[in-house]
Amino acid sequence: MSLPLALLKPGQSGIVEGYTEINEMSLRLMQMGLVEGTQIEVVRFAPAGDPVEIRLMGYCLSLRNQEAENILVGSID
Amino acid sequence: MGGPVATSSAPDPVVVTLGNPNTGKSTLFNRLTGLRQKVSNYPGVTVEQVSGYCDLEGQQIRLVDVPGTYSLSAMSPDEIIAVDVLCGTVSELGQPQAVIIVVDAANLRRNLFLTSQILEVGLPVVIALNMADRLPSLGLVIDEVKLAERLDCPVIPIAATIGTGIEALKKALAETISSGSIPQVAINIEFNETARELVQQLSIFSPSITQLEGARALIDVGGYAETRLTQAYGGQVSEQLEIFRKRVGGGRDLATIETRDRYSWIQSLLSGVETRKTTVQSTLSILADRFVNHPVTGTLLFAFVMATVFQAVFAWAGPLVHGIDFLTGSLATQALAAFGDNLLTRFITEGVIAGVGSVVVFLPQIIILFAFIIALEDSGYMARAAFLMDRAMRGVGLSGQSFIPMLSSFACAVPGIMGTRVIANKHDRLATIMAAPFMTCSARLPVYSLLIAAFIPDTRYAGGWINIQGLTLFALYLIGLLGGGLTAWLVGRLFWANKKSRFLLEMPPYRVPQFRTVLSKLISRVVIFLKRAGTIILMVAIVVWVLATFPTRSDFNPHVDSASNATQQIETSYLGRMSRSVAPLFQPLGWDWKVTAAVVASFPAREAVIAVLGTIYAVGEKTDKGSATLTDRIRSARHPNGAPVYTLPMVIGLMVFFAFCLQCASTMAVMRRETGTWRWPIAAWIYMTGLGYLGALTVYQVGTWLRF
Repeated sequence: MSLPLALLKPGQSGIVEGYTEINEMSLRLMQMGLVEGTQIEVVRFAPAGDPVEIRLMGYCLSLRNQEAENILVGSID
Repeated sequence: MGGPVATSSAPDPVVVTLGNPNTGKSTLFNRLTGLRQKVSNYPGVTVEQVSGYCDLEGQQIRLVDVPGTYSLSAMSPDEIIAVDVLCGTVSELGQPQAVIIVVDAANLRRNLFLTSQILEVGLPVVIALNMADRLPSLGLVIDEVKLAERLDCPVIPIAATIGTGIEALKKALAETISSGSIPQVAINIEFNETARELVQQLSIFSPSITQLEGARALIDVGGYAETRLTQAYGGQVSEQLEIFRKRVGGGRDLATIETRDRYSWIQSLLSGVETRKTTVQSTLSILADRFVNHPVTGTLLFAFVMATVFQAVFAWAGPLVHGIDFLTGSLATQALAAFGDNLLTRFITEGVIAGVGSVVVFLPQIIILFAFIIALEDSGYMARAAFLMDRAMRGVGLSGQSFIPMLSSFACAVPGIMGTRVIANKHDRLATIMAAPFMTCSARLPVYSLLIAAFIPDTRYAGGWINIQGLTLFALYLIGLLGGGLTAWLVGRLFWANKKSRFLLEMPPYRVPQFRTVLSKLISRVVIFLKRAGTIILMVAIVVWVLATFPTRSDFNPHVDSASNATQQIETSYLGRMSRSVAPLFQPLGWDWKVTAAVVASFPAREAVIAVLGTIYAVGEKTDKGSATLTDRIRSARHPNGAPVYTLPMVIGLMVFFAFCLQCASTMAVMRRETGTWRWPIAAWIYMTGLGYLGALTVYQVGTWLRF
């Protein structure tokens, strides 16, 4: 079962499966390593609940929930 | 190439340093060049170009630092510069001889994405595997011999912060330059072949087109390379591009395919090269992160950091400001004593020394604020602040990434606007550029200080905790902030009805700021500021002095210290005549022609108003007889009918005018450079001056009506 990244809770991790929509932002995210098969972990949400910080490939990245909703994640753990 | 450089006129080989942001690229650059750096701008664009010289076994090379990027897909200004430099289209630099790719060893996978793009450019490459010293603590092992083999170029482990591996890197670079060997890698052969054919086709139109440009034009739909080619050679290029794109991708998104291919190439490349023994993350970093990002402690820390920065700017700078003030004052006195009282001496003391001195006085504040901002950026905290502020900034249509440029603008809008380069989204960037000049920059401070000290009562409440003067200053900061916020919102609404701000930011690991890096960044910022003091403000000071001194009245006696003597001189001078002709325009604001003269003369640089007021109220008086201060003089200024000029509504209106008005030629120049057109600075000038006028008018008229 795959879920949008935005629905994961802090501490949960999963594998990137794809994007709901291909756009400029999804290309940027892919270039930064969010391609199919990459393991990502939700580190935290900002105090206002948005943006979200994730960890992947040994570094941390923050993005908005809006973008996180576009990323489909599977094998959630 | 090669051999010793005999004459300084022979161009030194150019080597480019490239890499992802946060890889320690500037630290390495500083290691290699020392402080022998030059900051300029790439011709025609907005991006800062830092270059320096480095000795390689007797040969001098010119090292050019390209802003950090994640990819060469050329959609943001920084990426465009990287592509231009690699293609050799930056005329001042020409074709680079080699590339140093700075790679973060702890973050190899993502760093290799950009690396894989650069390896295909066709230039000799050396890879600096930075932060190699951190690997053991991360439980990572990298087989750099195998990595070098697979990337077909030298890979040198270094630790730029402590300086290990630098000599080995220099040696490898010297060898690479003399051998000129180009890495041969095969990532997506089909793309490369297609790009090569495309380049052949397009070379009919553009003989100088490079393989990189061809590849980018093919892959990035609507990107920089395509735009440039179609603008130069028209629709035929677009047709060709369409044909080639269909052939290779069959309608699929080529950029997506490229990215996937590169990451799967990296995946297989790294097997047997990178081994992870344990997956421990530095517990200290985790703890620090928890504290910094905790809803309560994080917000408190943020408030504390901001309060400290502003406290430092205003309290710590105080003694230094007085010191500089004292120095310029005594310099003027000494000049007067040494050269005697004549026209030339008065030109030097009243025009040059007073004019430039009034600007150099801000130097301590600027240095302290920038030292803080640069150190916070270097430590990794600024990214957390942006993360924290994103939601709030979204309220006015901006993102957390606009926070840092806005903060810099409290020192000076010029570096603040230059700092907007980190904002990837074009519309966000423009809205930030339009909002930045509203932040209360340090040039507004002396105006506020003078007027508040002279006219706002020093009343204290709650045992001295609440001070009306302090509150006034705070209110002025607040209206600047509000003006900026509203402007950003308005610009977004007006020009791009469905503008969406973007936020995508790497959170770098915390590190102790490097003294050398902070120092070199600080120096380049301070130099920009001093250049401004040395050029625009000096010019304003001289022009105003000349306009106020000529034509000299026959009955004017500079040796008589009397206010009426000086006033009559000013009144009949060119400055007086000009100001009186526009004074009716500003009469509804409560200004007399002297205030009008000072404000008009300070349009090129707002802080000049102090010097101009000084000139107007004291011109012709002996400098060593400073019995009456500027504060005393403006307090006793009267309209012809005997009513005081500086009433409370007029003073507050004047400060509001300064809060809003765009009286800064440097800001306009930098807006022009950063936006590429005069449209934005001119629109900003009209808008901000109009707002300033309306604000001052409202305050004065309402205040006078209420009989304040």
